This record gives sequence, structure tokens and C-alpha cells, in this order.
Amino acid sequence: MSTPTFDASTTPLIFELGQEGRANRYVEPGKPLETFLPASDVRTDLPLPDNTELDVVRHFTKLSHRTFGIDLGFYPLGSCTMKYNPRVNDAMAAKPEFAELHPFTPDELSQGALQVMYELERSLSSLFGMAAFSLNPSAGAHAELAALLIAKKYFKDRGEVRDKVIVPDTAHGTNPASAAMCGFKVISLPSDARGRVSVEEIGKVLGPDTAVCMMTNPNTLGLFEDQIAEIAAAVHAAGGLMYYDGANGNAIMGNVRPGDMGFDLMHLNTHKTFTIPHGGGGAGHGPVGVAAHLVDYLPTPVVVATPDPDAPPGAPASDRMKYRLDFDRPKSIGPMRSFWSNFAHAVRALAYIYANGAPGLKRVSQLAVLNANYLRVKVAEFLDTPYPEICRHEFVASAQALKKETGVRALDIAKALLDRGYMAPTVYFPLLVPECLMMEPTETESKETLDAFAEALREIVATAKTHPQELFDAPVTTVVGRVDETRAARQPDLRWRVPV
Amino acid sequence: MYTPHTERDIAQMLAAVGVDSLDDLLKVPEAVALREQLDVVPALPEYQIARRFDAFAKKNAGHAYRSFLGAGAYRHYVPPAIPALAMRGEFLTAYTPYQAEVSQGYLQAIYEWQSYICLLTGMEIANASVYDGATALAEAAIMALNANGRKKVLVSRAVHPNYRAVLQTYCDGLEVALDEVPYTANGTTDLEALRAAIAGGEYAAVAVQSPNFFGNVDTLDVATQIAVRESETIPIAVVAEALSLAALATPASWGAQIVAGEAQSFGIPVAYGGPYCGFIAATQEHMRRIPGRLVGKSSDAAGRDAFVLTLQAREQHIRRERATSNICTNQAHCALIATIYLALLGKTGLRDVAALNLERSRELATAVSSVPGITLTFAAPFFNEFVADVHEPAEAVLAKLRDRKILGGVDLGRFYPELSTCILMTATELTTSGDIAALALALGEVVDVHANV
Repeated sequence: MSTPTFDASTTPLIFELGQEGRANRYVEPGKPLETFLPASDVRTDLPLPDNTELDVVRHFTKLSHRTFGIDLGFYPLGSCTMKYNPRVNDAMAAKPEFAELHPFTPDELSQGALQVMYELERSLSSLFGMAAFSLNPSAGAHAELAALLIAKKYFKDRGEVRDKVIVPDTAHGTNPASAAMCGFKVISLPSDARGRVSVEEIGKVLGPDTAVCMMTNPNTLGLFEDQIAEIAAAVHAAGGLMYYDGANGNAIMGNVRPGDMGFDLMHLNTHKTFTIPHGGGGAGHGPVGVAAHLVDYLPTPVVVATPDPDAPPGAPASDRMKYRLDFDRPKSIGPMRSFWSNFAHAVRALAYIYANGAPGLKRVSQLAVLNANYLRVKVAEFLDTPYPEICRHEFVASAQALKKETGVRALDIAKALLDRGYMAPTVYFPLLVPECLMMEPTETESKETLDAFAEALREIVATAKTHPQELFDAPVTTVVGRVDETRAARQPDLRWRVPV
Repeated sequence: MYTPHTERDIAQMLAAVGVDSLDDLLKVPEAVALREQLDVVPALPEYQIARRFDAFAKKNAGHAYRSFLGAGAYRHYVPPAIPALAMRGEFLTAYTPYQAEVSQGYLQAIYEWQSYICLLTGMEIANASVYDGATALAEAAIMALNANGRKKVLVSRAVHPNYRAVLQTYCDGLEVALDEVPYTANGTTDLEALRAAIAGGEYAAVAVQSPNFFGNVDTLDVATQIAVRESETIPIAVVAEALSLAALATPASWGAQIVAGEAQSFGIPVAYGGPYCGFIAATQEHMRRIPGRLVGKSSDAAGRDAFVLTLQAREQHIRRERATSNICTNQAHCALIATIYLALLGKTGLRDVAALNLERSRELATAVSSVPGITLTFAAPFFNEFVADVHEPAEAVLAKLRDRKILGGVDLGRFYPELSTCILMTATELTTSGDIAALALALGEVVDVHANV
């Protein structure tokens, strides 16, 4: 049999399957709810389908067949660091001693979990040059918000009125959105012709009202901000704080540290740099780190270690400590989430660090940068690369000239790549590059993969010049073609309804 | 390192780039160069990583104790079909479904999740998930603040203390005042005080939780529903134990306009606190204010049904500082797990699990309150947890239970000084008669009968 064994074009909603009473026996039948509650408190109707386990397994297996992940192919989505997710990380997180540990378990009975958090926190602090991290925030944007809340409280305690946050035009959209959630006014800073923030430009907007300058380095063009020391000095001279957006952390490990660049605050997307599976858009994990003068403001709780006098001598230092969660931190901005941390992700991140050590992490960043530059040079043979110089872990190309010549846009190229078995790069970001394609190959991809991808892109560009319509029609090999986004937004259908 | 590069690959690639060495490729200005030896955990081969984490695991003795902990994180039965499906690499290693054509499966799963949350809460719309229950409450409050432009939020003191603390963190950032309504001797929100507080029309929203932190059913009565309408205060219902939605009258039925909840109970492990799965559901009028991703159903050019991320004009990557929220990441994989759980359990299974939670928690309450010296603090109907008063410092009693390998519950003195002799106790379908008998026996040994006056 060479034909597919299922019809990829139809997958009914789970609500359109099943029959009432076709239930699985995970638990024994319960008594009527009115046995336990006043009738007025009980819901009368629960319009959910009953399905056999087999039908549910088939349904979600089919849905998985209609979903593209790193495990299926190259995923050069810029700014997202879609590298291989080692399975040992998931196996460690799934251990019952972790998965079944309740967050209110007393400290003395959860020492192993606390040690995982502590070792991760210490490793991250050293790797990025911060005094301390809190593992509390749930994702990158959440940690950004925590960092800005820290800055707000810090200035309030110092009696300083500072309400401006400087954000370069290449910044991730979360930066200005997080600033707005703390009541800060956002000053957008244009990049210079070299795609960087310049000391001159930032000098024009700095003042006694400057609270924070939010930067990422390398920036979203993949370029290293080579005036960073001067910029940090200028911001500090104005009395402001430097914030490092760690989304691009995969470019710098073991090479250069935000702390040494002059940053006072930072976040990490450990789900990017430290191989936690993205899972279709979360859950993430966003530690927030600070320099020494801001440690007291970190969100609670923070893991605290004290020497354990009963520990056997000779064991690693972290095995000779007692750990506890510290909630009693009067200057803290408070907690950011229901419970202490996305702990299962802390396990994954630490397992990844154990797989590498400091020299391995340095190598990871070096090879991520090598892959990006190798692909950049190849792509430059047939597409414009507006910043033709050594990049870091990612780079941008532009389809602007191709569009003028053929009408083919970055979006069409993205869709044509889907037909060729690749995930598309990030498109139309950063905003300052027209028809932008932002590519981040990561270090886990081989030279052969990069070569094949570059050839696919080259063939698409050639097709644009001969048969552009083929690209306007792409994708054609996927289970659906381009989706009518206008209709989705104008006539929102956001849920299934019980048929009347 | 999980890197495929041979030395030959590296040499060829460096030559193609026109750089002599990897160090040259990553050159930085001298002023910022790394000068320090890094202090990072050492590299280990994979079998030794497993050994190291086995050692950590052994130090978590608490996971194997008889446990009556709940309070916002609940141990429920997880059918093995859930990890078997959710851990499929296509789901696990996908990013946010920006390219809809190769993400139809995940998009459909999230559309089904949104539908399930609407059906469970009785609301019109639901988002693709948020970080957790506490942040769902904070984001719900922001929706309300944006809706009516007021600058104050009211929350019941019977809402989970951790959720209130997070709401306070967010309110501090927004420079919004947060006030609290007390609870009554019955263990439910003081609705009379609530009506008095909102009468002036100052509050953007009022948040109540049902079942509340004490486990009690805690809804708005008709008089309070009228009062919130008249004062144009937006009622937010908080749901920390989503399983209760299978049994209790829906938040929509008692007037909620926004529901902020936690779906951890639907197949997601307690995992020392995360990741979990927050959700926000609302009435139709709040559609363009809801934070986070939304999946909509549309079609492709050939007329085939197709799913896509929609109403993105609300979001940070389009709207930047004018976005309704800074949220970028949702909890897609946790929402997928919850969706699979709901599909497997179905109406019948969910009702059965809910009924078992009601039954076991009542068995527990009966057993505990039969111990001389212990009484139940509140008389209100509860779902799967309740408050027991041991009439001596709760922490001391819990410590003695720990010596008997029992986690007896949460010391309420930690959050409510006036309840320092009280323990929040939880029973789910996983609580056995043996667990209950062991707890009752131990309590009989450790509680001082004479302290009960």
C-alpha cells in the first residue's frame, strides 16, 4: 500500500465525534451530584462529547500529522531558537519525584527540587554575569514585566521620578508592551545605517526622566551592538538602568556577558537557549536576573542555600547545602505567578546545562553563529542581505528588490518553503527592513541541511523570475492552502457551538 | 552539545564565511570581553545526567507521603493516553502556529480547547490560554480596567492568597488600587460588604472565587448580581479547581462577565508549581480586549475549513505599547494536554471524577471532624477541600503529621493570621480510604483534646 491510510483533508472536531455514554472507565461511576450539594449549586447540563479512548487517540494522532515541528524538519524561525530538544530533558522532568511533588510540600521534603532550582540559578548567574536570578516569571515577556516592575520600585524607593523607557526600533514587540504595563512612556529609538544603536542617537533622548534602556545584544538584525559599553555608560550617567532582552542568548554564551556589557537587569528565554520544547507556543520559562544593587527587588520566592553541617565532606558544594524558598523579602516586587516557577522547565534547562558545561555552552554559541554566517553567505548569492557583515546567531535578508522585479513578496517565499518541507523564517520582522526574512538556523543543524535549504531558497528565487504565479499559489502540498485571515478577523468563529 | 559539526565542516564553513577561526567570528570589543572563569555545573555524559537527577529526585521525600495538599494544585488521575499523545514530537517541538498551513492540527486543538472552556464556563469566548490561574486573574482585571476606564479593583479575601498577591504585583505596576472584601463566618464572601463597596461605582471589577480558597461554593446572589449591573462593575469569577466546573452551576449562570481560571486539574501534573494552564473566558463584548492568542475558524481559497491565529491587532507584535497585554507565549502544550484530558474523560467521566471528589472529601471531613479536638471551621457547601480547626497552632500539628509521613494540608495561618489553628485539607479521587483512616488515626494521636474549648 503506497496510498495514505488516512484522509488528511478532513479531521472533524472532537465535538462532532462520539455518542453520549460511550465513556472510558478511568474511575468508577459517581453518585448523583445532588447527593453532595444543594440542587441550586449543581449544573444541570454539561454538553461535552463522550468518546472512546481509541477515537481520541486517532483524533489527536491525526492532528499531530497536520502539525510541523523541529522533529520533522529544519525550522529557521528567526528570534525563536528552534534547536533540537533533547529527550533526556523530558525524561528527567517526568520523574514522579518531580512531577508529583506538590508546590506546598515543606522545604525539608523537597530539597532535591530546590537544589535543581539553585544549581540552575547559580549557573545562569555566572553564565550571564548577573548577581542573581529569580526563576519565578513564566516566560520572556513575563520576565520583562518583572524587570520593569523592579526598575519602577527601585526608582520609587530612591524618590526619583523617571517615566521614560527607551526601546530601539529593532526591539521585540513585547518590550514596549511590557513597558506600557508598568505605566512607562516608550521612546522609540531609530537604528543607524549600520543597523545599530549609536551613542549619538541615544544621547538625544537620555535625560533625568530616563528610567530604563531596553536592548538586546546581538540585536534582532543579528548584529552585535559594538558601542554597548559606551551606551551603557551614557545611560548610567543619566541615572537610568540598562535592561537586556535575553531572547538572543544563544549567541553569547561563554563569549560575552550582559553583566560585563553594563546591563543591570535581564531576562532569559530558557525555552529558547536551553532547549525546552516550545510545545506549540508555551509553556515558556523566563528567569529574570539582576545586578547586585537590585537583588532585593527580585520577584518571590527565591531559593536560598545555607551550609548543611551534617553533609558528608568531599561532596560537590551544592550537595552540602540546605535549601529553602524565601518569601520574606520586604523590597520584592512580589510574586508574578500562582506558584514558585515553571519547575518542570527548570529541570529541563539544568539537564541541558549538565549536558554541556561551560565549555560546551561556549561551543554551542560559536556553532550557532557559524551556521548563521554560513547560511547568510549562501543566501547573499541570490537575495539581498541589507547588513552584509559578520552576524551573530541570526541574520536578515530582504525580498524588496525581488518584489519590485517579480511581484513576489517575503510572504510568498515563506509559503513556497512550506511546500519544500521547511518551516518558514520569521517574516516582516524587524519592521525596519522591508520584505524582511529573518533566519536563525541554530547550532544543531548540519552543513548538509543548510546547503539543501539554501538550494531550495535559490530555486524559489529562480522560480519567482520565471513562474511567479507558482509562488503566489503556494503552498499547494499542505493540508490547506493560504487561510482567509480577513474573514477570520471580520467574522470571528472562535469556538464550536452545540447545534440547535 | 547536540551539534553535528565535524572539524572538516567547521573548516569549510569558516572558509566560506572568510574568517580564520571561531574566536575571530565572535570577536567583541575589549571593554566587554569575558575575563572571568565561568562557574557552571560540569558537563556529564547522558547516563550520568540521569544518575545526578536520580539523586535530586531521592531528596524529594515529600512526593511519596500521604498527601492532603490542594490549595490551587490538585493531584488527579492522568490516563497514560495523555502523555502518549501530547509528547508526540510534532506537538512538542512546534512553535506558535504562525504558518497556519503547516499548523492546522495544533490550531484545531486550540480551537477545541477554546470551545471546551466556553462549554465548561458557560461563557461566549475563551483565549488560547495564559500562564496560570493567578496571571489569568491579573489579566482579567486589566481587561476590566480597559473596559470601563476606572482605576480601582476589588477582590474577595476568599480568593486564593497567591492569586491576590500576583494581582497586587500587577496593580502596583499599573498604579491601580486593590481593595479587599472580607469573608463571613460561613466561609464565603461577605456579599453585603461587597455591595456597599461597589455602590459608589469606583471599581472597575470585583473578583470572587468559586469554589473559593477554603473550598466553599462562593457565588454572587441575585441582589449582588443586580448591584454589580447597576454600578457597572465587571464581575470576575476565579476558578482555581477547574474540575468543579463539571459539577457546579456555571460562572455565567451567576453573572460573571469574565472567568479567570486554572486548568491544571485537567491532566497536568502538580510538578512543584508548573507549568500549569491559565484560561480566560468572557462575554462577547470583551472579545477585542481579551489578552493572548485566539484561534479562529476560516477557510482557504478552495473553501476548505481552516484554522488560523486571529484578531492579532490586539497583540504586542502588532500593537507594541498599545497592545491589550504584553503576552506572547501562551501555555499551548498545557492547553493541548487539558484538551486531550477533556476528550478522554468526556461528559460522563468528568461528572464521575467530580462526584468522586465530592464523595471522598466528605468522607475526609467526617473522619477528621470525628477526631476529638477538631471541628470544621465553616458550614458552607464545599467541592473537594475544606477547613479543619485543630484549636492549637496548625503548623505544630502538621509537623507531627510529617513525622508520620503525612502531609496533612496547608497551614492557613500562613495566609490568614486569624486562622492560625486551621488547616485546609483536600481529597481527590486519588485519596484512598486508607489515607483517610491513617490521617484520622494520626490526628487522634497528635491533637491535644484539652486545647479544644
